[in-house]
Amino acid sequence: MATTATVGNEKSLWRGGMAPFKASYGKLMMWFFLVSDAFTFSGLLITYAFLRWSAPAYNGDPADFVFSTEYWPIPEKVYEAFPGFHGVELPLVFVGLMTFILIMSSVTMVLAVEAGHRMDKKNVVKWMLWTIIGGICFLSCQAWEWSHFITGTDTATVADVVVNGRWQENYEIFGAGLTFNQYGPPAFAALFFFITGFHGFHVFSGVVINIIIFFNAANGMYEKRGHYEMIEKTGLYWHFVDLVWVFVFTFFYLI
Amino acid sequence: MATAAVQIDAHDDHSHDHEHHHETFITKYIFSTDHKMIAKQFLLTGMFWAIIGGAMSSIFRLQLGFPDADLGWLQPLLGKWIDASGKLDPEFYLALVTMHGTIMVFFVLTAGLSGTFSNFLIPLQIGARDMASGFMNMLSYWFFFLSGVVMFISLFLETGPASGGWVVYPPLSALPQAMPGSGLGMTMWLVAMVFFIVSSLLGGINYVTTIINLRTKGMSMSKLPLTIWAFFLTAIIGILSFPVLFAAALLLVFDRSFGTSFYLSEIYIGGEALPNVGGSPILYQHLFWFLGHPEVYIVLLPALGITSEIIATNSRKPIFGYKAMIISMMGITVLSFVVWAHHMFVSGLNPFLGSIFMFLTLIIAIPSAVKVFNYLTTLWRGNIVFTPAMLFSIGLVSVFISGGITGIALGNSAIDIQLHDTYFVVAHFHLVMGSASFFGMVAGVYHWFPKMFGRMMDSKLGYIHFWFTFVGVYLVFFPMHYIGIAGFPRRYYSFTNFDAFSGFTDLNAFISVAAIVTLFAQFIFVFNFFYSMFRGRKAPANPWRSNTLEWTTPINPGHGNWPGEIPAVYRWPYDYSKPGAEEDFIPQTVPYSQTMDSNLPHENDLIELEGEIDEIVVDETGEYIEHDSH
Ligand code: HEM
Ligand SMILES: [Cu+2]
Repeated sequence: MATTATVGNEKSLWRGGMAPFKASYGKLMMWFFLVSDAFTFSGLLITYAFLRWSAPAYNGDPADFVFSTEYWPIPEKVYEAFPGFHGVELPLVFVGLMTFILIMSSVTMVLAVEAGHRMDKKNVVKWMLWTIIGGICFLSCQAWEWSHFITGTDTATVADVVVNGRWQENYEIFGAGLTFNQYGPPAFAALFFFITGFHGFHVFSGVVINIIIFFNAANGMYEKRGHYEMIEKTGLYWHFVDLVWVFVFTFFYLI
Repeated sequence: MATAAVQIDAHDDHSHDHEHHHETFITKYIFSTDHKMIAKQFLLTGMFWAIIGGAMSSIFRLQLGFPDADLGWLQPLLGKWIDASGKLDPEFYLALVTMHGTIMVFFVLTAGLSGTFSNFLIPLQIGARDMASGFMNMLSYWFFFLSGVVMFISLFLETGPASGGWVVYPPLSALPQAMPGSGLGMTMWLVAMVFFIVSSLLGGINYVTTIINLRTKGMSMSKLPLTIWAFFLTAIIGILSFPVLFAAALLLVFDRSFGTSFYLSEIYIGGEALPNVGGSPILYQHLFWFLGHPEVYIVLLPALGITSEIIATNSRKPIFGYKAMIISMMGITVLSFVVWAHHMFVSGLNPFLGSIFMFLTLIIAIPSAVKVFNYLTTLWRGNIVFTPAMLFSIGLVSVFISGGITGIALGNSAIDIQLHDTYFVVAHFHLVMGSASFFGMVAGVYHWFPKMFGRMMDSKLGYIHFWFTFVGVYLVFFPMHYIGIAGFPRRYYSFTNFDAFSGFTDLNAFISVAAIVTLFAQFIFVFNFFYSMFRGRKAPANPWRSNTLEWTTPINPGHGNWPGEIPAVYRWPYDYSKPGAEEDFIPQTVPYSQTMDSNLPHENDLIELEGEIDEIVVDETGEYIEHDSH
């Protein structure tokens, strides 16, 4: 609504009485929220970079790499497990799969939005369902990855740490917690839990929202309303979460 | 389009039968979605906090000015924080300073100022029925309220509220065992701030969206009053900087409660080594000041916007340099994000980086000076009407100049290394940010009180209030410069233990007396406010003969603001004393075609376009749904 016969050139869109970006207020709000959320993630990723590069790096030959709390680990050596392939080194394969799932769920979201434009209720519902399934798959993968990360590998890393308030020398560390971990300096796991957790929480909220939207669409609420704008708004959020994952992935797994 | 039309109707009869039925006390005064009521909620809550924050400053000023005094008489209020010999507890002194800063910066000058005036003025001055989302607006207030409740409760904790300064630097704030105030008080501080950030984001997103989508016909961005420009840019700054504080606060929560070491490394406390390694407290400072510096503009810009409006109206002159004002504010907005490390010159920052930040910091002086220049040139040879609002606006210009000049000194890293964390800095930011924003806020209340409550505030009391406050803040903050140059550090419980500073005891006592008198003078305002709300003279429709849209609403506007259609806008808001015009003001709603005698040549050309403005079909809901054009 709100555009008029007078809309001739771009400038006149800003003359008041209309929506200059041709977007409803709800969509604008979503955009601004995402911009601000992007700043939260930037703050966290800057924190990652700051701590990552103030920790000592591993300088030896990657072939001789072993875990130590003294230097930052090589990511391929940490994220190399795959469910059902115990003991096989498959660096970054599992996280690659997760990323693929999330990106696919963005694709199905695009299809849902597109179906909404055509007022095609059946397809909106179908693609929303696929998007939800994609989101749930991603979260399940993340749950597996976390639990593997927490449990650790078969060989311990030995270091001096404080356990339950008591100083322990030559302590055998398996897996990871928030205070110390077998893979590298304490900040390594702390950042992993914090940032992927914060992202995972976003995905989780996204799935919940998608489920609500799914039921609304299935019940014909948007059809009655005459437009499927709600799908577009949640779509923006979903793509954003996807995009953030690309950054998180790059920071944690590639560099 | 159908839905929109339906919604407009809904809105319309809302504003008609509003006063008569289906309005309970709860929906009208508590869970209201009317921007005007929400604004008043913010204002009253802000005033409540200002009184608490002010009272705290008086208590610690008593300690600083009269270190030997017996404060036993405060015991009924402060309980165990006054010991048996009538001395203020040193830990509680730190808590008072911290809470004073937090309350003033966030609760009073952010929520109290932006919350009140962005909410009140945006829909009224751009010509909208309400905010884009009244519901989110209501949520914004209630998150603020919740944040206040948590902070308030923390004042009464056994271990006291947070005490690490309003910037809550780790490691002090990250280690509960570091000081009593780093215990539960700090946790509650963080919880309160998280709610506060949510509130401020909900508000900010709403303000920006409303200004973009809901301007009435003809209200182009270049016809917006400067108040709206200021609120717009303030909201943008908030949307971009608060989330970073959010990230910083969450990381701090993890360090405090879940054993991580984001900000902690190699610390001994009470002779015992802590296991934390690998973190960095400097990281926190970067994250905090990335919000912290923009925050000072979040506090200041709305006050500057309010002042622009009041000075132009009461000088009966167009604002000088309307475009320059907007460009300056945009410049300030951008620059405010790239100067944060000037708070960290002594943190071990690389001196080269320091000089870059110094350069960027000093550049901010340019837009600031442009604004000051424009205020002065607007006042110059104006027909000045000295209303209380006008006095406070002029006062703002004065304190902004005095405080800004010391900013230029502090911006030089070589000087700041000497002055950092001394009373010189305290003097600087209290003038430039504290007093200036406070003056702007008070000016706004005097000016828009008639629109808020349909009654006038008493101007005699206003004048008395102004002179006490104006003279007061100079007496309080000016001497602090000398004390700071002499090397007094801030946040110290007592100076009398140091020989070097004993020469300044009388100056400190003087400041304390001035501060307490100034605080009491504020109760003149509080009295005036509540008295006028019920007993004040009934306000005329346009008491200040002003051009902006809010004065075209009924004296007591209902929900929806205008009973009929929203008026269209044809001209900028600063046509004061235009040669050839009958009156010395021409409201924004008067088309050029009705003012042939006063039009400038290019304005005559605009008459043709006025037809186009009238033709615009407004969608008052701010919805935009793609559809085939008519
Ligand atoms: C000409 C423009 C300005 C310059 C060059 C400037 C410079 C500075 C510098 C260098 C500091 C750090 C001093 C230190 O901690 O040692 C500082 C502190 C401060 N400034 Fe400004 N400033 C300017 C304007 C403002 C404005 C407009 C505001 C508020 C609206 C403001 C609010 C503050 C505050 C609150 C602090 C204290 C921060 C703390 O607790 O350490 N400044 N200023
Ligand atoms: Cu600053």
